[in-house]
Amino acid sequence: MRKQILFWVSLFATISMAGSAWAADRGRDGELKLLYWQAPSTMMPYLSGGTKELEASSIVIEPLARYDNDGKMWPWLAEEIPTVENGGVSNDFTSITWKIKKNIKWSDGSDLTSEDVVFTYEYCTHPDTGCTQSNYYNDIVSVEALDSHTIRINFTVAKPFPYSAFVGYNAPILQKAQFENCVGAKAQECTEENFHPIGTGPFKVVDFKPNDVVVLEANSNYREEGKPAFSGVLFKGGGDAASAARAVLETGEMHYAWNLQVEPEILNKMAEGDSKGTIIAGFGTAVERLMVNFTNPDAALGEDRAEYLGGNNNRNAHPFLSDYAVRRALSLAIDRQILVDAGYGFAGKISCNVLPAPAIYASTANDECKTQNVDEANRLLDEAGWARGSDGVREKDGVRISILYQTSTNSVRQGTQAFIKEMWKAIGVETELRNIDASVFFGGDIGSPDTYQKFYADIEMYTNTFSGTDPEAYMNSWTCKEVARRSNNWGGNNMPRYCNPDYDALATQMSKTANLDERIRLAKSMNDMLMQDYAMIPLIHRGGVSAYSNDLMGPVGNEWDSELWNIADWHIHK
Amino acid sequence: MTKPSASLSKQSLLDSDGTRLELEHRSMWTDVWRQFRKHKGALAGVFVFVFISVAVFVGPIIHGVDPNAIDFTARNLGPVWSHPLGTDNIGHDTLAQMLAGGQVSLAVGLSAAFIALLLGTLIGVLAGFFKALDGPLMRFTDLFLALPILPLLLVTILLFRDSLRATFGPETGIFLLIVSIIGVTSWMHTARVVRGDVLSIKEREFVTAAHSIGTRRHRIVFRHILPNVLSPIMVSATLGIANAIITESALSFLGLGFPPDFPTWGRLLYDGTNFIQITPSRVIWPGLFIALTVLSVNYIGDGLRDALDPRLRGR
Amino acid sequence: MVQYIIRRLLSAIPTLLIISFVIFAILDLAPGDPTGNLPMTVPPEVREKIRLSLGLGEPMHIRYYKWLVQFFVNEPLNIIEHSFGIVIGDGENRTRILSWATRSPVIDLIVERTPQTLWVVGLSYLFGILMAIPIGIIQAYRQYSLFDQIGTFVAMIGFSVPTFFTGVVAIIIFSVQLKWFPMIYDTTLEVNSWNNFVLQVKQMIMPVTVLAFYQASQLSRFMRASILDNLNLDYVRTARAKGRKENAVLMIHVLRNSLIPVVTLIALGIPSIFGGAIITEQIFRVNGLGQLLIIAIQGADIPTVQTLTFLFAVLIVIFNLIADVLYGMLDPRIRYD
Repeated sequence: MRKQILFWVSLFATISMAGSAWAADRGRDGELKLLYWQAPSTMMPYLSGGTKELEASSIVIEPLARYDNDGKMWPWLAEEIPTVENGGVSNDFTSITWKIKKNIKWSDGSDLTSEDVVFTYEYCTHPDTGCTQSNYYNDIVSVEALDSHTIRINFTVAKPFPYSAFVGYNAPILQKAQFENCVGAKAQECTEENFHPIGTGPFKVVDFKPNDVVVLEANSNYREEGKPAFSGVLFKGGGDAASAARAVLETGEMHYAWNLQVEPEILNKMAEGDSKGTIIAGFGTAVERLMVNFTNPDAALGEDRAEYLGGNNNRNAHPFLSDYAVRRALSLAIDRQILVDAGYGFAGKISCNVLPAPAIYASTANDECKTQNVDEANRLLDEAGWARGSDGVREKDGVRISILYQTSTNSVRQGTQAFIKEMWKAIGVETELRNIDASVFFGGDIGSPDTYQKFYADIEMYTNTFSGTDPEAYMNSWTCKEVARRSNNWGGNNMPRYCNPDYDALATQMSKTANLDERIRLAKSMNDMLMQDYAMIPLIHRGGVSAYSNDLMGPVGNEWDSELWNIADWHIHK
Repeated sequence: MTKPSASLSKQSLLDSDGTRLELEHRSMWTDVWRQFRKHKGALAGVFVFVFISVAVFVGPIIHGVDPNAIDFTARNLGPVWSHPLGTDNIGHDTLAQMLAGGQVSLAVGLSAAFIALLLGTLIGVLAGFFKALDGPLMRFTDLFLALPILPLLLVTILLFRDSLRATFGPETGIFLLIVSIIGVTSWMHTARVVRGDVLSIKEREFVTAAHSIGTRRHRIVFRHILPNVLSPIMVSATLGIANAIITESALSFLGLGFPPDFPTWGRLLYDGTNFIQITPSRVIWPGLFIALTVLSVNYIGDGLRDALDPRLRGR
Repeated sequence: MVQYIIRRLLSAIPTLLIISFVIFAILDLAPGDPTGNLPMTVPPEVREKIRLSLGLGEPMHIRYYKWLVQFFVNEPLNIIEHSFGIVIGDGENRTRILSWATRSPVIDLIVERTPQTLWVVGLSYLFGILMAIPIGIIQAYRQYSLFDQIGTFVAMIGFSVPTFFTGVVAIIIFSVQLKWFPMIYDTTLEVNSWNNFVLQVKQMIMPVTVLAFYQASQLSRFMRASILDNLNLDYVRTARAKGRKENAVLMIHVLRNSLIPVVTLIALGIPSIFGGAIITEQIFRVNGLGQLLIIAIQGADIPTVQTLTFLFAVLIVIFNLIADVLYGMLDPRIRYD
């Protein structure tokens, strides 16, 4: 741990030394202009968990520990990361004890104490608050303040990975004095507090215009001398991704632009020649994948449409996707490199896993998918008895391989759809494309037939990811009890309606395993089982793309936490 | 002349077929056609419009490239021999997409504008002419003007998409849905303008005179009122077509429009906008053709209005 | 006339109530969910809790009733309290219309966004009218002249090429190449000095021009058509025969009669200023009422959409009344009683 801290200090030193030869005054570099084309609607991450709100609030309020751009955890407001070795985590994994750094002040000058941490837990777990991050506080019996700077969290079960409460930008610490009267139903009405939370971070909110702009100034009580280098931040929102890139790379009006998911040639064109900025990509766990429907989505089935009915071999099995050969052929027919080149550029890598990161969890057992193999795909289909009809579309026993392939509206996704349709044509598969407005597709309205949960299609495409670095909850998504169905209002996470007792057994085993190596082995084999059963067809390991101006030093990109996690160290290169 | 001029203008717009009509109403239509021919702009409009229609329907036979065929190796090309208008970022041939898109855009633009025009004129004339209907019809118009279009569209998809698809098949079903949605949500301005004109025209001397000699009301409407509100209707028609072509592309983004691999001019223009610095031809052509179509319809409308105006026709 | 206005105003009340209910019903039916924007990592049971905390657990008619009370009783009382500094009844516990996305009062959001929308959309509308009327007049008066032909061509381009395209072209030319104007509208800019005033003008030029061009293209067509209709009428001939000067004929007789349909359109367009210009606001990041509405729709923020749309409906009803009154004044033959 000491070694890590040393590294940390030296990393900070290098970054700041690179810019100016000597440490200088706080606020020396003027205003930092950030452009988020999706504007934050509030500064309170516990009431709106969208990434834009989390990013904006991350420069004001902070957690006990943060992840860096490699997914490594660092103590932030805490003295150190508690482990079993240093006695911070109990041997049976049922409690964790955090020590807060001394002398940390809120921006109003008062001291940060363990009372604030305990309060944050109470705030988010109050049933009427409607806290969007409450799953970070799951399985907790109590959070107690042992003294003014020590907190112990007691769990209901053994938690092999006890670092979710108060860790990362999803679960920062609130000031008790400010939010004391905003707990429960009152949380909704505390507009003033929600828009101007008092924090320990490098900046504090001066003016907040929801869905438009946040004006911040340097926190004069920030714990590190000479930081932040900027006197304030203008956090502007609105517009679209391509023009956000333009504002940094071409006109140079802004220092930093976030989440630039546009076609790579557009970004490259802007970044070439005497561009005013640079593009960076950070990789996390996001994988763009095709979900395969194991149930029959035929509208004629009425209530039972795309409904998992279980029973022997799944009574409502999909007419052709329940055939392993078809699923495997669909994956083999795809040339993933073309999808990367046309839609993602350096912000995408071919992926054959749904669990591509952290590196220790990445499996190499499924690399077959890296190369397109149309001949093998055709051979598989021929062998399985799917013969080409007169129009070139394969069929067997009157069932045609005709796929309805849906995704959200987004130019890159529509490009991918067009490519895949063409690639599947080569193996005699007919595809009808459908795009649905993102607010409907991801909206989850149980009245709408077009949500990704209802999955009234054969194949659907989207990106999924998990927060933090522990994949247990994520891998649990594809167990039988998570199947999205009518009885749980399509609230399960298992969209393919994949149900395999062997997989469930691995999941159960993982929940009881504490040893890291063993957990890695289990996670990998769960991933391999999903991949080799073709329950999902992974396509691209996606990175987050950002652009920053040439004179700005500090941004490194981060998909595990806020991209602004190290904003205290950002400065202008002189 | 027993039929209203509204349907007349449509026939002439669609096939500009003067000769067939001439057989039925010899003397008047000969006059109209003669007057129409004198209008150089209108003739040029007919020529351009026919050219565009022929091009998009016959063109695909000559340029036999499948608009959805993907050439993986030829992405973002400028004009070359095999791709005269270049390719897009997927590797589609832009010319083939323009031609295929033109068929859809023309059909959607003309039929949606026609529905809007018909509804708008009907409601406008009824409200302006019959005092008892004015209040209710105009409040109804207010309601439509106030409705939030986007949620309304989403509700429409929810209610009608699947049944229309089942009845008419995916393409015709969606076409009908799009055309009626655009038509039903864009007639209000026409109605307001027509009503305003009718209110003023029905107090003019010739209408009072017709009333006093006992002309029946529907005859007054068709004979005296409609021809006099033709100019705002014609302007609405040109605006309506442009509006329908652009709105169609907006619908596709909601998932209400055609499938994503179904090119239309509006969609090509929208998709191409971000690529304007890389392959400008992706935006120039759809933009130009939408403008040319609208321009030609506008001139045809101008000519028709002049030709149908009895005061001008004599001269 | 006064009687007519009073009658219309009275009939507006049931009309608006019906409109408000129809809007509410549509929003309730529309697919979309306030938790839809949350990342997939937020589990379903948490989403359910959030929905309940927003009051979505109640049946639709109760939610509609609550909105009615908040809109027609609570918010007006709140405004009165604020402007006169008095307290009426239980001001502390009176619920206001809260946006689901921002958890702040919707009325405050609207007040915050109105200035930039009025500046950009309102000014462009004004410029559009100021351009369209003279252009339309000259075009009609000199029909088929070179000016008319060019005007027609430009107008066709103006309304067949949508603002999402002209906006981007303007940005590439004037922000990227020439570097004359900023591409991002700064809503925090306060016009308190000459320097800031220049900055404000600079950041407004592009969005205002793009929108004004679009508005003027449409309006000038109607203006031209309307003048053309009147130029050949008998009264014009009579006026000319009486030996009145051409200018007087044109400006007094023709213009007055031609403005009737155009006035309808202008009056109809004024409420749409408050609706904002969704696309143009997005492109230049003006973040006015149009952007507020579109974000609220995408986020299924029903209270915001409902309130904005309803205010919009009120304006439509009012301005249609104004248009009708103007008719009567421009054309004495039109009688309403």
